[in-house]
Amino acid sequence: MSLSIKLKLERENFSLAIDTVLEAKGFTAVYGPSGAGKTTLLRWIAGLEPATQGELSFQQTVWQDKEKTLPPQQRQIGYVFQEPRLFPHLTVEGNLNYAYQRRFNNNGPSLNQVCEWLEIKHLLMQGSEQLSGGEQQRVAIARALLSSPQLILMDEPLASLDKPSKQRIIKHLQTLQANMATPILYVSHDFEEVSQLADQLLLIDQGKITAQGPLLELSHRIDLPLSHEENAASIIDATIEQHDRSNHLTELLIDNHLSLWITAIEGREDEPVRIRIPARDVSINLERAEHSSILNILPATIAEIEQSDSSARVLIKLKVAHQYILVRLTHKSVTRLELTVGQQVYAQIKTVALLTDQREH
Amino acid sequence: MLPEQDLTAIVLTIKLAAVTTVILLAIGTPLAWWLAHTRNRGKALFEAIVALPLVLPPTVLGFYLLLAFSPTSPFGQFWLGATGTPLAFSFSALVIGSVLYSLPFVIQPLQTSFEQLPKKLFEAASTMGASFKDQFISLVLPQCKRSFITAASLGFAHTIGEFGVVLMIGGNIPGETQVLSISLYDKVESLQYSEAHWLAGGLVIFSLLLLAFIYSLKRGDAKSTRVGLL
Repeated sequence: MSLSIKLKLERENFSLAIDTVLEAKGFTAVYGPSGAGKTTLLRWIAGLEPATQGELSFQQTVWQDKEKTLPPQQRQIGYVFQEPRLFPHLTVEGNLNYAYQRRFNNNGPSLNQVCEWLEIKHLLMQGSEQLSGGEQQRVAIARALLSSPQLILMDEPLASLDKPSKQRIIKHLQTLQANMATPILYVSHDFEEVSQLADQLLLIDQGKITAQGPLLELSHRIDLPLSHEENAASIIDATIEQHDRSNHLTELLIDNHLSLWITAIEGREDEPVRIRIPARDVSINLERAEHSSILNILPATIAEIEQSDSSARVLIKLKVAHQYILVRLTHKSVTRLELTVGQQVYAQIKTVALLTDQREH
Repeated sequence: MLPEQDLTAIVLTIKLAAVTTVILLAIGTPLAWWLAHTRNRGKALFEAIVALPLVLPPTVLGFYLLLAFSPTSPFGQFWLGATGTPLAFSFSALVIGSVLYSLPFVIQPLQTSFEQLPKKLFEAASTMGASFKDQFISLVLPQCKRSFITAASLGFAHTIGEFGVVLMIGGNIPGETQVLSISLYDKVESLQYSEAHWLAGGLVIFSLLLLAFIYSLKRGDAKSTRVGLL
């Protein structure tokens, strides 16, 4: 399955030139700063920008070329907008049925299933305007799923929500991924959100693709803007080794041999998890600190040091087992420790956050 | 009570208003939709044309229609050729006149409510596979229900109250063009005041009830109705 995109759009103060083939599989995030053209791209893929020229095909079906443009209702997609866009004259159930009665095929999930995944069963009889923002967006996601789409497009569905609602929906989206094979194309400018959800990334800046590939690979590339953001972080795959109930900790293993402790999480042994280590919460020691309060100290090799940066900070990429961790240090520390590429050091990791706990990779 | 001639006039009036309302909804809905969504520069002119009957004396409209309906005019000739009967002083002439005369009362509430429909909802519906026709039935009709009822009621009531246009183009043929307002005028002219009371009082009560109904709708959905036209 693939989505082939050729888009060229010139407007005043704004241009968009995207030419790529996306593997329509799993969760692909279109990530970039506001105003990069992400929403326009997604709306065009849905057929909501019919005046925009380009070539677009999904699997074997041409959605747009020079001769014709397939209207959105014939593209068999699901679209979740930034605002929920529930129909005000219908109840929650009415909204869900609207999509279900018009579903594109019979292979999709049932109303019951979707309500369970998104925990909205108790809302069915309510009017759509009585719901909170988070509840409305959950209903909107459920509604998109009930169309049995071939491709789900989501345009910053969490952008206008508060943090707890956001986190809750991220959990729901992870449940969906575990239960459904439908590919999702997800636009966002929030890296934390993206890093919790995406398998693949399409980075866009000023209307152009800056990089494309698996999240794990792109997240630690020093040459990409991703690693330079204030909350830049490395993403690491690990497995659960054991639970230390008395200390409320869980031990993880990176590449089956390096141990890493995090605050207790649920999960059986050997279950794969994905964790996130903020670059600013890692420091480098030349020797293993024996009397440190820091729990996680990992042997590492310096793989890359960012050159020619005029700011006070330097980004360093460490190789830990077969994966990479980003560290942000001051220029002064780098000079003082005389850090060079290839050097053996110890990474002291202050915080580790769990990204997912339900997905199989 | 009422003499048979008056009953005939009442039945004819209701028939005229009903036929006119049905035609108005059929023409007015697409026209109002177009006016609500067009970016045509001539939009203001079209709106002005539709609104003309609001300000013109009905006799002006009646005068031009009378000219157009005469068997010597191109339109009158076309009608004669197509139907075999002359248009002037016929029920059909009354229907055409009433449709034009009551058009703004149907167009304006519909146009206002169409303009207020959020475009975003239609985008959402189209991604769910709903075609334009489907969206019109499943989203527009239920959300503009009150405006449709208002438009139909106003069109109906206004046609019943019509006098000037009918007087000019209809004449006074019982069972064909003699409607309530004309019949009332006749009674007053011939000093039959007690019969005139029946008709006039009946019209007042009927209109009052209809308007009370429309205003009660307005309370339910303040956004989508504009009864202020009255």
